[in-house]
Amino acid sequence: MAEITYLEAIREALFEEMARDKNVFCMGQDIGAFGGAFKVTEGLMATFGEARVIDSPISEIALVGAAAGAAHMGLRPVVEMQFIDFIANAYDMLTNYVATARYRAFLPCPMVVRGPSGGYVRGGPFHSQNPEAGFLHTPGLKIVYPSTATDAKGLMKAAIRDDDCVLVFEHKYLYRRVKDVMPDGDHVVPIGKARVAREGSDVSIVTYASTVWKALEAAEQMAAEGISVEVIDLRSLAPMDDEAIFRTVKKTNRLLIVHEDTRTGGIAGEITARVNETCFEWLDAPVLRVTAADIPLPYAPALEDYVLPQTADIVRAVRRLTAY
Amino acid sequence: MARASRATTGGATPQQTRPSDALTRAQKIELFYWMRLTRQLEERLVNLYRQTKVVGGLFRSLGQEADAVGSCFALEQRDVMSPLIRNLGAMLVKGATPLEVLKQYMAKGDSPTRGRELNIHFGDIGEAGVTRGFLGQISPLGDMVPVMTGVTMSFKMRGEDRVGLVYVGDGATSTGAFHEGINFAAVQKCPLVVIVENNGYAYSTPTHKQTAAKHFVDKAIGYGVLGVQADGNDVLATYDATRQAVEHARAGHGVSLVELITYRRKGHAEHDNQSYVPDGEIARWAAANDPIDRYRAVLRAELAVSDDEFAAIDARIQREIDEATDIAERSGTPDAREALLGVYAAPPSEQPLWFRRDADTDAYGQERPESWGTWNADGGKR
Repeated sequence: MAEITYLEAIREALFEEMARDKNVFCMGQDIGAFGGAFKVTEGLMATFGEARVIDSPISEIALVGAAAGAAHMGLRPVVEMQFIDFIANAYDMLTNYVATARYRAFLPCPMVVRGPSGGYVRGGPFHSQNPEAGFLHTPGLKIVYPSTATDAKGLMKAAIRDDDCVLVFEHKYLYRRVKDVMPDGDHVVPIGKARVAREGSDVSIVTYASTVWKALEAAEQMAAEGISVEVIDLRSLAPMDDEAIFRTVKKTNRLLIVHEDTRTGGIAGEITARVNETCFEWLDAPVLRVTAADIPLPYAPALEDYVLPQTADIVRAVRRLTAY
Repeated sequence: MARASRATTGGATPQQTRPSDALTRAQKIELFYWMRLTRQLEERLVNLYRQTKVVGGLFRSLGQEADAVGSCFALEQRDVMSPLIRNLGAMLVKGATPLEVLKQYMAKGDSPTRGRELNIHFGDIGEAGVTRGFLGQISPLGDMVPVMTGVTMSFKMRGEDRVGLVYVGDGATSTGAFHEGINFAAVQKCPLVVIVENNGYAYSTPTHKQTAAKHFVDKAIGYGVLGVQADGNDVLATYDATRQAVEHARAGHGVSLVELITYRRKGHAEHDNQSYVPDGEIARWAAANDPIDRYRAVLRAELAVSDDEFAAIDARIQREIDEATDIAERSGTPDAREALLGVYAAPPSEQPLWFRRDADTDAYGQERPESWGTWNADGGKR
């Protein structure tokens, strides 16, 4: 079978789930006849009709709120944020309404909010963000952020079938740059399970999304120097696969956490605390972080590349860890 | 006072036949019962509040009983209604019981939300005929409008003959959620009625600081939806205006905005001393425009309802509230460990944090916040 891109894998998941379950429907801005800003939903309206592929006003609050209402009634809405940066408009609806619905009112909220995320694309401050940490802090939401085409499809299908609200962050740099041959049959990747992207024995890198690929590049470079790096791709951020993190720490005794999101209050800090509470005796070196600087993401290539984590940064951090 | 906005596309005027003309004598008396039950139940809650049996705040709808009851009475059992904090009356009409309300306020373990949410923040929605069709509200105002857009979108997508009704106050019309929700519903022609209860105040903020619009119903024009305005203290006018909007929705014509003009005679909550209200304003409304007094006069004059009949209604309400109070007071508090259940469908439960693993769960709920700050900075008790 032919390889398909990360973007096509997401589209395939949407097609398969809409065909499988008539309760699944899509809403978003310009997603219908136009097929979406990145063409993720191209062809959906022609296949499933306007009733199930809804072009909405520019209203992120209404999209998320309406999805919740429809989900209460047994439907399974999939909402597109045209760029994930705009999810901030719906922060209240997601955190106050959706995330609390089951707990405070026993209301099911099976819905997906998905959208193109991340930088390295010269998108500037409002088309490059990684707002996942803001939602990780909210009990009641699930978060996935795939790095491969295979996982993009499998996690999207899992998200649509999940009985809770799942935020699916899709990395727009990876949309057309990574490809896979899809596994046969009904390919669903369980939410909450990390993946070993590369086995190693000297240093562990825990990461997700775009920086999985940078970590793999760094691991390759370190291998040439005789240092064996293990790379863990979290895939799901909430729930997080703590066991996979602890397992790799106990194996290599050195941990580097890498993410594209900014540093302060980021996910790396949370992982560090969990490792500290659980695996302190297993560590031979302090847990280190490579992240973006605490800066709104700038536009010019020289500026963006300087703010975002690069392969050379990861190599430098791995060397520092091995020096202990 | 009933006034159709320029966006009105037709419908009944006060001179023509009114939908309420079709109500039977028993139904008209039932409207009185719901209004009276609302007020008496809140009076009981005031007593319980003063006995510190209500755990949190107490929110009254004194003087607004007609708009909540009359509007919700225009719905069918299969329809779904989303109330706000002044809509106890609407919830009772839709099937919420005094017992549920009392248990909620007293944070009982067998309350509808098992002690997780406050006051009338609870609901029962889903399949028609199985659920009573009212949705639990949240505190951020305006948010229920987009949610009801989605609920009514589901009716449209499934071809169900059901209508949604969402209440907002004058204050909530200033939120982005209100705007986005009603606009999206309008574009999608969802079968949704948006009731704006204009009660003069949002907490302490008077309406003229909330909007420069002359009437809230005028906003209907901007959204391209039917606008209807009515005297919210006239229960039949409230029913008529809402019924028109409900029929508009049921006929497939989409959204309407119904402004009901009323007055909030109590503060935002029981603690609020209403220092911001001009002298005499509350007394004026109480004396001249109490919705229950007004409707009692109508029932006497037009349906010859007797003193005995009114006394029987009051006796029934008294009995129902007394019985519900007795049961609610006997109910227990929630088991502390239940706090960790049901954030997600899966996993169904969170694990206790490590410093709670062997804790005595019975101890929780006993700490008194009043003791905070009674220690000196050097650790000695003052």
